[in-house]
Amino acid sequence: MTKLMEVKNLRVSFHTYAGEVQAVRDVSFSIDSGEAVAIVGESGCGKTVTSKSIMGLIPTPPGDIKENSSILYKGKDILKFSDKEWQKFRGAEAGMIFQDPMTSLNPTTKVGKQIMENLMVHRHMNKSEAFNEAVRMLEVVNIPNSRERVNDYPHQFSGGMRQRIMIAIALACNPRLLIADEPTTALDVTIQAQILELLKDIQKQFDTAVMLITHDLGVVAGMARNIIVMYAGQIIEKGTVDEVFKNARHPYTNSLLNAVPGLNLKSKVQLASIYGTPPDLLAPPAGCAFAGRCKFCMKICREQMPGVTKISSTHEASCWLQHSQAPRINIAEGIRGEQDG
Amino acid sequence: MGRYILKRLGYLLVTMWIIITATFFLMNTLPGDPVQTGTKLLPEAVAQNLRVKWGFDKPVTHRYVIYLNNLLHGDFGESMKTPGLTANAIIRDKFPASARLGLQAITFGLLVGLILGIIAAFKRNTWIDYTVIFIAIAGISIPSFVLAALLQKVIGGSLLPIIGWPSTNVWLSGFEYTILPTLAASFGSIATYSRFMRTSVLEVLNNDYILTAKAKGLSRREIVQKHVLRNSLIPIITIFAPQMAGIVTGSFVIERIFCIPGLGMYYVESINGRDFPMIMATTIFFSFFFIISIVLMDILYGIIDPRVRVSGEKR
Repeated sequence: MTKLMEVKNLRVSFHTYAGEVQAVRDVSFSIDSGEAVAIVGESGCGKTVTSKSIMGLIPTPPGDIKENSSILYKGKDILKFSDKEWQKFRGAEAGMIFQDPMTSLNPTTKVGKQIMENLMVHRHMNKSEAFNEAVRMLEVVNIPNSRERVNDYPHQFSGGMRQRIMIAIALACNPRLLIADEPTTALDVTIQAQILELLKDIQKQFDTAVMLITHDLGVVAGMARNIIVMYAGQIIEKGTVDEVFKNARHPYTNSLLNAVPGLNLKSKVQLASIYGTPPDLLAPPAGCAFAGRCKFCMKICREQMPGVTKISSTHEASCWLQHSQAPRINIAEGIRGEQDG
Repeated sequence: MGRYILKRLGYLLVTMWIIITATFFLMNTLPGDPVQTGTKLLPEAVAQNLRVKWGFDKPVTHRYVIYLNNLLHGDFGESMKTPGLTANAIIRDKFPASARLGLQAITFGLLVGLILGIIAAFKRNTWIDYTVIFIAIAGISIPSFVLAALLQKVIGGSLLPIIGWPSTNVWLSGFEYTILPTLAASFGSIATYSRFMRTSVLEVLNNDYILTAKAKGLSRREIVQKHVLRNSLIPIITIFAPQMAGIVTGSFVIERIFCIPGLGMYYVESINGRDFPMIMATTIFFSFFFIISIVLMDILYGIIDPRVRVSGEKR
């Protein structure tokens, strides 16, 4: 497979009154064309900032993408794009779906028109061509009676349907990359499943690379091939779904997996959680960002940032426990034990 | 939609009737004799004749019935202060000047206000924004008569006529006479609209759907035209409608200063002079405009914002 997008040493900060918030701290990963990648992490870990950087949607100021960062799309550094180039890239090469479908559509414009805009700008269609294509896109995302509903306004659709329309807008110009920023967070569980199913179909049918951003590991399992786990603006572990789910190496990943409630949980059992809060990104710690919440924290963890350890050609983790001289312990067992005790 | 408008017009009639009734009876509780308003008292015999002529010898309920009956025939009655002239004739005569001034002022004020507001929002926290804010504060705090006098002093005279109004072809001729009054009358609304529009645009820009529009790859101009403008106009309608009624039916102060033969002065003078038919006529006229503009506002809301479109209407 060919590399579609390569993010290298991405650093993004926001200048606020309190100081410089380092939202993304040296993130590197790549996405192959047609592949589904999931970025997982809790709120504020830099998932959304990373995805917005790829779409060029970070407002500067207060945002600040640091000097040595680069994002290569088909070999071109998109961070050096001019406004015109960005406009050509957004919508045509990469589409984005946002978290809340209730507010992401313009309330005073017919949904058909909101899809048509895309087609007329990027594919230079005339009105009637764009209209027919909008109807077809609504069919693709399973909106019934699409020929009539294309003239409806967003408030005439349910939340799940609006998210489908968002997907139709993002996909209208058949982009090579689809970024879905927590696409199911604002929806209820049955609708979540439908939306994920739709995304999966689309990824296969149109061979579109999907970058799925979520904090729900259940969502990831069925959808993505690769997982990237982020914490405090850094990637702490990445690998294939199998590797991360069955052989997680970072204590944070293990804690996340442990926090997913099982179906056979007995009543009155306390749900697992990760104690503590993530570090303040105004002044990130010198060592491992997770050290303060880590059960296996060692002296070195607080003093020095851990390097990246390659476990296989696809699997890597950033944790001192993976160092050749670190004590061998079973992290997964340890985390589970902590919960029982 | 048609049914909705009919229903609204029905409400309009009921409201008008309530206003007419309330004004009529309130007016009759005014202290003082409507025929004895001059500085010198009229001889009692003359006064009595006048009372009979104007119907003040009849009980108030009887007069009310007569008045309503006349009104249904479109007759506002004869002015007591300018005998021989009917209230209908005065309105027909004076309203065009007020309406022209009002329409010019409101068009100019709205256009300039909205444009300034949009510019200020996009150039937020720059000197342009601060200038607009300064204009807004000045516009709200400087009374229109001060501004009017200032305009007369600074611009008027050599460049533009200081006072006066075209007497023939009242709607189209003599544009130079209308410039200063229009400026003076619109300054306040420029200020209001620009402030409201600035806030409204900033609020819309923070919405998620603007991000969606950006992610689609629309240019800045397209985003403003297709997504920002329409949505930020919604709060403007709310303040626009009531202002429209007030400004079109005439302004006492501006018309006085620029010697415009408008309707404005009759509001004040009819009450001072206990000119009952004129009080009724001007009140009804103003209320009618006010209610009509509120109905228009509701219809405009529906056009701009599909979410408030009236129920029962076909999608």
